[in-house]
Amino acid sequence: MLAVENLEVVYEDVVLVLKGVTLEVPRGEVVALLGANGAGKTTLLRALTGLLGVHRGSITKGSVTLDGAAIDHLDAPHIVAAGIGQVMEGRRIFAEFTVEENLRIGAHTAGRAAVQSGLDRAYMLFPALANRRTQLAGYLSGGEQQMLAIGRALMTEPAYLLLDEPSLGLAPLMVRRIRDLIGEINLQGTSILLVEQNAAMALSVASHGYVLETGKIVMDKPAAVLREDEDIREFYLGLRDEGAASFRAVKHYKRRKRWLS
Amino acid sequence: MDELIASVVRGLGIGSTYALLGVGFVIIYRATKVINFAQPALMILGGYFTSLFATRAGLPFPVAVVAAMVAVAAIGALCERVALRPMVGEPPFAAAMVTVGVFIVLLIVAFRLIGTQVLTVGDPWGLSRTSVLGVSVAQVDIAKIVISLVAIGVIGVFLARSRLGLAMRATALDQEVALAQGVDVGRIFGLSWAIAGALAALAGMLIGTASGGIEATTALVALKALPVIILGGLDSIKGSVYAGLLIGVAESLTRTYQPEHAPFLGANFDVVVPYVIMMAVLMVRPYGLFGTPEVQRV
Repeated sequence: MLAVENLEVVYEDVVLVLKGVTLEVPRGEVVALLGANGAGKTTLLRALTGLLGVHRGSITKGSVTLDGAAIDHLDAPHIVAAGIGQVMEGRRIFAEFTVEENLRIGAHTAGRAAVQSGLDRAYMLFPALANRRTQLAGYLSGGEQQMLAIGRALMTEPAYLLLDEPSLGLAPLMVRRIRDLIGEINLQGTSILLVEQNAAMALSVASHGYVLETGKIVMDKPAAVLREDEDIREFYLGLRDEGAASFRAVKHYKRRKRWLS
Repeated sequence: MDELIASVVRGLGIGSTYALLGVGFVIIYRATKVINFAQPALMILGGYFTSLFATRAGLPFPVAVVAAMVAVAAIGALCERVALRPMVGEPPFAAAMVTVGVFIVLLIVAFRLIGTQVLTVGDPWGLSRTSVLGVSVAQVDIAKIVISLVAIGVIGVFLARSRLGLAMRATALDQEVALAQGVDVGRIFGLSWAIAGALAALAGMLIGTASGGIEATTALVALKALPVIILGGLDSIKGSVYAGLLIGVAESLTRTYQPEHAPFLGANFDVVVPYVIMMAVLMVRPYGLFGTPEVQRV
């Protein structure tokens, strides 16, 4: 289990971004983390993967544990070696590398033998990449780049995979493909923490969901419950029971989120 | 005709040592975005250590060269660890200034070690000449060309094929993403300094061969690597090779023909030629001949 307890993160010694976040990713499950821009989702992932230092942030309170062992003091290479893979926001593939080189660099901490098995697995999961292994990754389509980023993170065969907005900037059809792939990767035995703004997509594949707002977890419920929750439906899924309301009504009436009152 | 060929071969010989120095600059620049002004000092130390191991310790010449490369590589990695690692995340310009400081420190050390002597590196080529296509050329020039190109080729294959080479290239492109893949970026920085140090040591040895010899002030020769990297593009190894050879040949041809055809330019004009080329390139193509074009999907 990947567990975060009472985590506080501060940037530049002054900006308090996470204010006591507690979250658990049990083995074998997909957990969704929802939240608007600026809620602290990416910061939480940086705290999990040891990348806070790059952004002049630091953990000031709380703990991050992987199967009971504290990992919050480890640097990024050791966390990768401990079995946590991540797909960063905005894909961040190496545009000047070929597809295969991108995958190979993902296996940096794994042994030589792992490279070939990892490549085979990636090409099996993403056949579109197999045909383009010698092409420059910068010329792939957005969806293919996302697949490449996921494949790269899977090269070390991590026990936990952290995905930061894999649906970002993709067409609805491609979003659905990515969602199915997340389910498939999970079935193959990787636990997943899925950070998303696309709540409909995230809740359709996750078993449990957290809602993060301005640095605090405000909801923590099974995904099925969240899907039916009135507030989630309105603020994250864009659905409301009374159907299409007139824009005039919107002007006058702004519903408060109940959990903040 | 013979004069022309001999002159070109001599130019290629000296040019290939410039290329070696340039590749050292490029490797550090690509990994850390810092121009390493300490490179000339590393070169002079390389010449000193080769001389020490080969002539005073009496090791066989190839062993002495490798030992000197290892020693200077260690010095390079040490400089990185002590002086430049704390500068990670600071502006590259500030880090480049730190390398100027490292240069001065190392140069003073070199002056202390070498003093006023002219050291010989104990190379086996000496002044003997050999015949290529019926033209008599110095063996040492052939040796310079072959050794430099082989060393650069080895580095090229290492970067293109090996796991660490891939990690180095990834670090050059995006440090944060490389870190997220589990690459120990700090170690990559150290490694790039070690490689640059080893190449500089090799260049120092080659410059000290034959009639040359190593003096403390020979370090200034290494400044010619600056026109080389600017002509070739700061981030291109291939560019460094072509630019190094080009500048070497230009210099050598000027030395051969300028006194005869353009005497009004005065003596030793060949020393100025690399910088003239550099200024011309900066005006026409500020990114050099081989700067990496950015890949962009449209």
